[in-house]
Amino acid sequence: MRIVLHVWRQRSASDAGKMVRYEVPNVNHEMSFLEMLDVLNEDLITKGEDPVAFDHDCREGICGMCGCMVNGVAHGPLPGTTLCQLHMRHFKNGDELYLEPWRAKAFPVIKDLVVDRGAFDRIIASGGYVSVSTGSAPDGNAILVPKESSDRAMDAAACIGCGACVAQCPNAAAALFTGAKIAHLGLLPQGQPEREQRAIAMVAQAKQELFGSCTNIGECEAVCPKEIKLEVIARMNKDFIRASLRTR
Amino acid sequence: MELNSKCPTGAIETRWDRHRFNLKLVNPANKRKYTVLVVGSGLAGGSAAATLAELGYNVHCFCFQDSPRRAHSIAAQGGINAAKNYHNDGDSVYRLFYDTVKGGDFRARESNVYRLANISLNIIDQCVAQGVPFAREYSGYLDNRSFGGAQVSRTFYARGQTGQQLLLGAYQALEHQVGKGTVQMHARTEMLDLIVVDGRARGIVSRNLITGKVETWFGDAVVLGTGGYGNVFFLSTNAKGCNTTAIWRAHRRGALFANPCFTQIHPTCIPVSGDYQSKLTLMSESLRNDGRVWVPLKGGDKRTPSQIPENERDYFLERKYPSFGNLVPRDVASRNAKMVCDEGRGVGETGLSVYLDFRDAIQRLGAPVIKERYGNLFDMYNRITGEDPYNEPMRIYPAIHYTMGGLWVDYNLMSNLPGLYVIGEANFSDHGANRLGASALMQGLADGYFVLPNTIGDYLASNKLDKLDDSHTAVKQAVANVQDITKRLLNANGKRTVDSFHRELGKIMWDYCGMARNEQGLKKALNEIPALREEFWKSVKVLGSGEELNQSLEKAGRVADFFELAELMCRDALDRNESCGGHFREEYQTPEGEAARDDEHYSYAAAWEYQGPGKSPVLHKEPLSFDYVHPAQRSYK
Repeated sequence: MRIVLHVWRQRSASDAGKMVRYEVPNVNHEMSFLEMLDVLNEDLITKGEDPVAFDHDCREGICGMCGCMVNGVAHGPLPGTTLCQLHMRHFKNGDELYLEPWRAKAFPVIKDLVVDRGAFDRIIASGGYVSVSTGSAPDGNAILVPKESSDRAMDAAACIGCGACVAQCPNAAAALFTGAKIAHLGLLPQGQPEREQRAIAMVAQAKQELFGSCTNIGECEAVCPKEIKLEVIARMNKDFIRASLRTR
Repeated sequence: MELNSKCPTGAIETRWDRHRFNLKLVNPANKRKYTVLVVGSGLAGGSAAATLAELGYNVHCFCFQDSPRRAHSIAAQGGINAAKNYHNDGDSVYRLFYDTVKGGDFRARESNVYRLANISLNIIDQCVAQGVPFAREYSGYLDNRSFGGAQVSRTFYARGQTGQQLLLGAYQALEHQVGKGTVQMHARTEMLDLIVVDGRARGIVSRNLITGKVETWFGDAVVLGTGGYGNVFFLSTNAKGCNTTAIWRAHRRGALFANPCFTQIHPTCIPVSGDYQSKLTLMSESLRNDGRVWVPLKGGDKRTPSQIPENERDYFLERKYPSFGNLVPRDVASRNAKMVCDEGRGVGETGLSVYLDFRDAIQRLGAPVIKERYGNLFDMYNRITGEDPYNEPMRIYPAIHYTMGGLWVDYNLMSNLPGLYVIGEANFSDHGANRLGASALMQGLADGYFVLPNTIGDYLASNKLDKLDDSHTAVKQAVANVQDITKRLLNANGKRTVDSFHRELGKIMWDYCGMARNEQGLKKALNEIPALREEFWKSVKVLGSGEELNQSLEKAGRVADFFELAELMCRDALDRNESCGGHFREEYQTPEGEAARDDEHYSYAAAWEYQGPGKSPVLHKEPLSFDYVHPAQRSYK
């Protein structure tokens, strides 16, 4: 089948950027979305044109490196799916697709579809951990964790840090990402000692990175490839408010 | 060159303790005076960087991805082994040690493997304390499952995302140190050369992947945790960015490369569907518990699977290995799938796949039970292939998964170059010729959390190093080398893309140095690879410049190194006139078609020394001795 792409091309952070139209004539149904971009790039290089830069690595939906907007939807039309796991059988001959990078002040464009998500690392560095130095841990079974807590913590910990939640949010908020880590650690006994301090620090860091505020729209949950629930944001808010009241 | 493994002797149970006691320590107040460069941020590199910083060292950590959390350890599904014996089912450190030495087909060092098995206990404790959400029983205790190559339940897991959760634990520990300023993280930065001064590793040359800036970094020691080299085959289960460049360029600077031909092929991967295919996806081997592997009895049978009656199907694993059936080890299952496809009995459009059929299991147990056991895997299969495994059999084919070979290291994880440490999949030390399932995560974390942070102090405390800067000849030479490679790639200005060369190289490797190898094929590959490499340097087409984000240029540099590594792999495979683990030489098999080891002549680690471009490398042998687990023939009939 034939697919028409309109791709955001931007040489560098300082370049203005624009949409450029490309045709990919021989798209196979079995191809993944990124394989279609590979085919486009091979063709562009052969013609002497600069290939489209896009981030990707594992191509099995777990590393969180890939992603772009496809017709205004982060990671494209299939729910619970990263861009690398989206296959062309979900499109039809002649489809026109508009590909854009994540758009958020906190995620500056580096080139074409590649953005800088370093802000996510800085949010984790501000408190998204349990401070336990190597060697000081007790036996694994000395810390009992109720199965339900462990399962719910795992639901939140499944976040791959791709940034789709920010890209889809009209406020460019990082609430789902930040909430997922606060919920993951806050649900476990290991995370209790630093729970309040963590919520205060991570929320403050997200603000400093120029992410917007959450207004409970829910677009993030709708596009999250790991289907992280809005509930994590409620947990974050609860921890944050409680911590704010108790901190002197 | 004398290879000194520095393995302790005496009772194996106390070797590591006694060895540690004999290591020199760095005074806590002095640790901040030392700088360690850690390249790679996966389970090995990430955990090492975090732990070294906790101890008080100055640490620089480098990764080519946009964040240390992306490292490919994240994709591991099944679990991590630890000899906790929480199930009272007869497990012990000794048994894990025994299983690992035997599983590696007697080509690993006993001392290293015992230490690994011992440390497995601490790893689980550490990860639990970090908040890794391991699966739990209703009582709140840790849950376990069993895995291939073992008769006990010792695998800890977090759903099908164990690697992800362990990596995030290490990543969070690392970011904690980044936040404190004890680790300086350099993401989107690729190591392109090793700086060796007076025979010691003293730094690296890197390229900033966004600006293209070539930079130098100096330290008292360099640690490589840069993963395996399975992508030499182009198609593998590795992430697209996985590469050999860091360890290969260290090899070019003098580090020995050990057992390069030991590669693991995983039997249950989703098969190739066309020429555009960019990578292969693994399906957990647990599927073979309930799935039955078969192909049509006759070649060229184009009927759909449901149209093929029972008596015209060949359940070849069950037929050939009645006692293990579909659960034979990875290498045996892979080779047999290849055999039936070579006979023309493979299924699917390409004829390069076999059925993995759940029909009987669904009839016996009902679809809900199967869904509970394998639902997420079935969904994943469905997402990628568009086929529904509840109604038609899955199609699977073996794929390159892991590389047991890597840079040679001694018991301290130091290479033959003083000051250069190599950890995780990047080194060669613990898995011999075949790695058992759920052991890669264990080794990465053992090296990074517990072994390296202990051993590196001995080197740092024993050596007083001069200050180094960019004016040193060795530094200038390394920088010039990096700039020269970039220039040559950009100036080739040929007609073919990097990927087209990489695919062609991968095909040569898969055909002649893949699941089955023979002298004739390996010799053929050793003719074809240099010719293709020459063509690559003449006619590769890399657009753009070196002063910007240039993904083609990054790939080109990595493929250039894969060419050289490929040649060494074939040479090593040709030199090892025996079959063992993942290395199957067709000339050396038992009458039943199983791997035939030659312990008399090949019970050694083959460590190759680089001699210069186009020159034959020199082989050094580290003899292996087995004091505890005595080599025996593996049989699964």
